[in-house]
Amino acid sequence: MTIPFLRVRQGQPVALASLAPRGIAEFRAAIIAAVRDGARLAAFFGHSAPGEDAVRLYAVLADDAAGELALATTDVRDRYPALTPDCPQAQAFERELAEQWNVWPEGHPWLKPLRFHAPYRTGGTPVFPAGADRAPGVTDFYRVAGEEIHEVAVGPVHAGIIEPGHFRFQCHGERVLHLEIALGYQHRGIEGPGRDGFPILGKSSAGGFQCVETVAGDTTIGHALAHAEAVEALAGCRVPARAQVLRAVALELERLANHTGDLGALAGDVGYLPTASFCGRLRGDFLNLTALLCGSRFGRGLLRIGGVGFDAEPDRVARLLEQIERARRDVANAVNLLWTTPSVMARFEGTGALTADLCTELGLVGPVARACGLERDDRSRFPAGLYRFAQMPVSTWHTGDVFARAYVRWLEIQRSLAFVREQLETLPAGPIWREAGALPPHALVVTLVEGWRGEICHAVLTDAHGGFARYKIVDPSFHNWLGLALAMRDQQISDFPLCNKSFNLSYCGHDL
Amino acid sequence: MRLLALLQPLLALLFAPLLPGVINRTKAFFAGRRGPPLLQAYYDLGKLLRKGAVYSRTTTWLFRAGPLVTLAALGVALLLTPLGRLPAPLAFEGDLILFAYLLGLGRFCTVLAALDTGSSFEGMGASREMQFAAFAEPALLLGLAALALRGGGWSLSSLLSGLTEGLPGGGPALVAAAVLIVFLAENARLPVDDPNTHLELTMIHEVMVLDHGGVDFAFVQYGAALKLWILGALVVGIVLPLPPGSWGLRAAVSVAGLLGLAVVVGVIESCLARLRLLRVPQLLVGAGALAVLALLVALR
Repeated sequence: MTIPFLRVRQGQPVALASLAPRGIAEFRAAIIAAVRDGARLAAFFGHSAPGEDAVRLYAVLADDAAGELALATTDVRDRYPALTPDCPQAQAFERELAEQWNVWPEGHPWLKPLRFHAPYRTGGTPVFPAGADRAPGVTDFYRVAGEEIHEVAVGPVHAGIIEPGHFRFQCHGERVLHLEIALGYQHRGIEGPGRDGFPILGKSSAGGFQCVETVAGDTTIGHALAHAEAVEALAGCRVPARAQVLRAVALELERLANHTGDLGALAGDVGYLPTASFCGRLRGDFLNLTALLCGSRFGRGLLRIGGVGFDAEPDRVARLLEQIERARRDVANAVNLLWTTPSVMARFEGTGALTADLCTELGLVGPVARACGLERDDRSRFPAGLYRFAQMPVSTWHTGDVFARAYVRWLEIQRSLAFVREQLETLPAGPIWREAGALPPHALVVTLVEGWRGEICHAVLTDAHGGFARYKIVDPSFHNWLGLALAMRDQQISDFPLCNKSFNLSYCGHDL
Repeated sequence: MRLLALLQPLLALLFAPLLPGVINRTKAFFAGRRGPPLLQAYYDLGKLLRKGAVYSRTTTWLFRAGPLVTLAALGVALLLTPLGRLPAPLAFEGDLILFAYLLGLGRFCTVLAALDTGSSFEGMGASREMQFAAFAEPALLLGLAALALRGGGWSLSSLLSGLTEGLPGGGPALVAAAVLIVFLAENARLPVDDPNTHLELTMIHEVMVLDHGGVDFAFVQYGAALKLWILGALVVGIVLPLPPGSWGLRAAVSVAGLLGLAVVVGVIESCLARLRLLRVPQLLVGAGALAVLALLVALR
């Protein structure tokens, strides 16, 4: 039997010619077997150039143990046997395929629109026919029958200032039997074809940078880095060492700000004031460090193709180091209160627990997976840029509950702080930018970046002129939303906000 | 003397909204913030009273009657409430039963109004409120009975003035603890409820009044402040000894005691996380057990 996969490293461009499509049966069996053997489905997407009849499916499997990616493709027309029944982590990808490309995954157990938009492909039979009811959230929901069951619908408008999403609970008293999450309210069509048929990101590498930075506003650096690395890999551009260090520092500062904010928000959700107030302020301190680097608290404009847009002069580095040291002391004081307060621990421990098996089966990523004891961290499994030279230990915990998700964040805060300090103290000299050339035609590259929420995957296909033919973005939230729904099973409905916060997933990153 | 006694409810009506202000300032102090002005609750009431209300078409007169009846019930309960150990304007044998059930009537009407909206959130809040009230009510009644058995008689005013010592060991201390827990639970404070949260799924009291607006909501807020004052006055009455002296001095000490209690609530809320909802009945049953123990001590 031939091996149907092309094995590559992350950020290694391949010519599309070397990636021959397989028959659908072989493609399907190979993916199911690989996932059973421990690989993850990092991306699974379709592409069909205007005028083409078939849709080509691309599967990107991440093999954490080997640190390698496995690529496979196949061609389908209107329908194909779904992977989901045998490989649950494909469920959202296949709903996306059906919605974007009018291909019917036969046997998908819960085939519903994901983002409620018009298909990209004009040919084929629409899986979800257009109609007046194509609006986010207007769909069937799983229902539990019975006199004593009550349904609670939350959102899309929430009481706090958060993004829109719809949550449908089936409850028996205070106990949640089932939660279904409907998203799509934030869909902006980032992946979709613009008026000219090219991805809205633009025909070329130059146009889309600002767009990529807004995929998820709190993950500006993460997505920008995945994008920059993809374009640089295709163009064969070697980023100067100084720029790579500054990029990694920015990525870790983003992680620090968001993890600190999350721990504060978790404390706030259980009504524990001290940590909530102090972490709220400290998140701002970390954001200000990013602002010190580039003038934007969220890191907008810091990265550019070929390097970074802002240098850090010695006195600026000194100020950064001084402020990091102060923030380190403060954050330790504020966060350690959580672990020593019994009333807080009573709320965190045992709430919303996921098992490692479930995590593996659903292909969850980021702190959520690490909180179940899975060593999934792209910084050490699929290192790129500075992480190829600087070790970043993987922080895990084994209980899978809210406490584990909080504690993994705390471990990562400490490691990121040490990492940032170490890197700034040994900042290499040299340029911060190198020009990137044109992109090769008919090539594919996949980059993985461990953002603060988990694995960010960008897959880029180029056309005959070296422009983007297809730009696929997988935010970690795309994998993890189902994890939240399952973590709520058999929990108290009053614990949902706490559980939700411990995942802290992105709505716009999912909706694109 | 009777006229002087009427001044007590007047004090409550005037100063009750000060208590949430003190609590919030205390919490702000612990959080390193400046916090809202002490008089914020008055500003809010003033703002709400000038606003109109919006009523959903699915609601009936029950929804409109809810805040009104609740406030009225609390107003009557106020007449029965001694301020610290100063007797109330209205006192008769057995008034503590009426007192407990006036609070119950207020809650009942709030719950009816919440159920009337047909919202699943408010239904959940109502269910939680009634469940917890079923545990809090016996704790309060048994605790008061324990004090009554010490010889004061079955009226709130007389049983509190019957407590001659400050905070003696044994019975009254147990009752004080039980009534303090009931005070926190009934007023939707931590660790039972979180008055600051915006998350409907976790709320108890706040979620029941989500649909009220304008004057109705002003009544709800003012009623909440009065309830804080009424139950707080009971706690202060049990805990704080009164110096002999003029009425004015004794009233001042009692009001100061109430403000002190508000500070204590602020401190509790600043260093404690909220209980998981499943655990709340355990806390309230604990309060009930303390009250029973006090009753046994009194019967001995």
